[in-house]
Amino acid sequence: MSERLEIKNLHVAVEGREILKGVNLTIGRGEIHALMGPNGSGKSTLGYAIMGHPTYEVTAGSIELIDAEGTAHDVLNMEPDARARAGVFLAFQRPMAIPGVRLADFLRHSVTNVRNPDRKEGQELMPMREFRGELKDKMQELSMDSDFARRYVNDGFSGGEMKRAEILQLAMLRPRFAILDETDSGLDADAVRLASESIARIGGAEMGILIITHHEQLLEHNIPLQTHVMLGGRIVESGGPELAAELHKQGYERIRKAYPEAAAAEEEMEAERRLEPAAN
Amino acid sequence: MATDTNESSTLALGEINKYDFRTNTPTIFKARRGLDATIVAQISEMKREPGWMRDFRLKSLDIFNSKPMPIWGGNIGIDFQDIFYYLKPAEQQGKSWDDVPEEIKKTFDRLGIPEAERKFLAGVKAQFESEVVYGSLQEDLAKKGVIFTDTDTAVREHPDLLREYFGKIIPPSDNKFAALNSAVWSGGSFIYVPKGVSIEFPLQAYFRINAESMGQFERTLIIVDEGAQVHYVEGCTAPMYSTESLHSAVVEIVVKKHGRCRYTTIQNWANNIYNLVTKRALAYEGAMMEWIDGNLGSHLTMKYPAVYMMEPGARGEILSIAFASAGQHQDAGAKLVHAAPNTFGRIVSKSISKNGGRSSYRGLVRVEPGAKKSRSSVVCDALILDDASRSDTYPYIEIEEQDVSIGHEASVSKIGEEQLFYLMSRGLSEAEASTMIVGGFIEPLVKELPMEYAVEMNRLIELQMEGSVG
Repeated sequence: MSERLEIKNLHVAVEGREILKGVNLTIGRGEIHALMGPNGSGKSTLGYAIMGHPTYEVTAGSIELIDAEGTAHDVLNMEPDARARAGVFLAFQRPMAIPGVRLADFLRHSVTNVRNPDRKEGQELMPMREFRGELKDKMQELSMDSDFARRYVNDGFSGGEMKRAEILQLAMLRPRFAILDETDSGLDADAVRLASESIARIGGAEMGILIITHHEQLLEHNIPLQTHVMLGGRIVESGGPELAAELHKQGYERIRKAYPEAAAAEEEMEAERRLEPAAN
Repeated sequence: MATDTNESSTLALGEINKYDFRTNTPTIFKARRGLDATIVAQISEMKREPGWMRDFRLKSLDIFNSKPMPIWGGNIGIDFQDIFYYLKPAEQQGKSWDDVPEEIKKTFDRLGIPEAERKFLAGVKAQFESEVVYGSLQEDLAKKGVIFTDTDTAVREHPDLLREYFGKIIPPSDNKFAALNSAVWSGGSFIYVPKGVSIEFPLQAYFRINAESMGQFERTLIIVDEGAQVHYVEGCTAPMYSTESLHSAVVEIVVKKHGRCRYTTIQNWANNIYNLVTKRALAYEGAMMEWIDGNLGSHLTMKYPAVYMMEPGARGEILSIAFASAGQHQDAGAKLVHAAPNTFGRIVSKSISKNGGRSSYRGLVRVEPGAKKSRSSVVCDALILDDASRSDTYPYIEIEEQDVSIGHEASVSKIGEEQLFYLMSRGLSEAEASTMIVGGFIEPLVKELPMEYAVEMNRLIELQMEGSVG
């Protein structure tokens, strides 16, 4: 049995408000899946819930990692760092700035922990030489300036720099399963192409990837096995690459008409959000 | 104090005999607790001081007695009659390594402090064998005409130079604890850097011949002559363990025309200590004075390094870091006085409070009449790690001149859930993530420290952060 990330009947609430209303999705290692859907349909929420953000409360359902021997590991019981060590990665749509912390220092900790899941605090980090060599290679592949690693994590980064830093981390951490949350947003056409190529090179057969996007360009070099459409907190339709192309060109009108119940849920969620302008 | 006669203290005593001339003087001083004119006179006599210093001490005692306790800052719960004000080095020897608490020993281990320094730092050994380790440095300094000795020695060997400045920058009447220090002071560094001489490496108390144990009432005087440069590093990042609960130092500095002085302190006191310190520098024409001040540990620290910019073009910079944990109150800050035109000041203060600790920034920027075109900026940032902890800001600004520019920015933040989640989602444990965020918060100041201190500072922060989560 192949390794996979299995999400079953996932319900997620934020401050008591239900956002995901029963999501089912299985991503096999080596597969690419695209997740599309209008703003506010719950795509980012799915990413946060998989990674274990404390604000996103799982009220029902399961997320499991099935290993090569077929043994299931309950992801919901893991802290976010344990999830990362188990091979799960989320590329943030808006990554946080950590002033005063150099990208290279942070990444050395991160890489050490993810590659040695049993490492205890205070134990040796990955040897500096080895780390630097690998970081330098990866940055060259991504056409990144070597000074970049000495900057403070996401502090004063442009939108494009943030996304490239996320891809660099993806390349260094080489997770089993990666969720890329709008890694193309805020990038110009050339940058999207570069990102698309980079992800394809990093991913290969070793990684299961869920690409959350509004566009099809990022999928150019990452042909999805399946494209899923989320509406009102559910995946309402799945199809091949032609579905992504259709949604990109024609929008979600056909989907809303075809799934009136989900469309109603979407409207309701939209109305609730307007009442709470501070909620993200 | 009782004297243990176990092996380690006997060995250490032998070493003292080798270096300490004082063991040749007949002992008439009998240590006892308490503070009165007899004790103060005895301290002076013990040190074979000239009459002027004895009178200075006695006058200071009167001032101390006449001044009320400060009613601001922290709660000072000290019984002044229950303290030893002077112990001969041999008497400080009373403790043995076995008496040093496990926690302190563990920290020494974690910081990788060499064996010889550990005993010195823990007060088990009163002297650090500086001659052996730093002999060539001392020779180099002497060739340049630099005087670097302990203040007691300076009273005897450089009386004229010392007397010109001693107690002039911080007079005993300045505050109650300056008066106390003036009455009972012992130890500390005396430094004179001659005209135009630059010392390339940071001077540390360890380099001194006759380095006495870190005193409770240290008295330091630094004179930087015209165009000269020095960086002095006080104390160290290792925890300073002492059975006495009151530490009250005075540091006076004069930086003459176009001179530069940087004074770096990283102190990490045991949790029972009241650390009440007065530090002040006078900067003359075109001179630069920088205080870098890190305060960890102690029960209560009250410390506000000051720069008085006396002549045009003088600059003063004060960078401070305070870390307050359970049972600790760091009342720290800075003071800039613009007493002449075209003077420039900068204060950067960073404080961290955790586990119910309290940190306060207390600062003064004063512009005297006539100090035209002076500029000052104050930035103080506080980071609070949990709901039980507290941070306050008390900025005082007194401006008596129109043509000036004074800026003040303050921020208080909590460690963000989003930042923690971001780092944890990349495999860092919650403790590692918090430590990294705190390390980043103080990074702008840590990078000003000499390399080995920056490394130790970061390790210290890691130690402080241990057990702070979950």
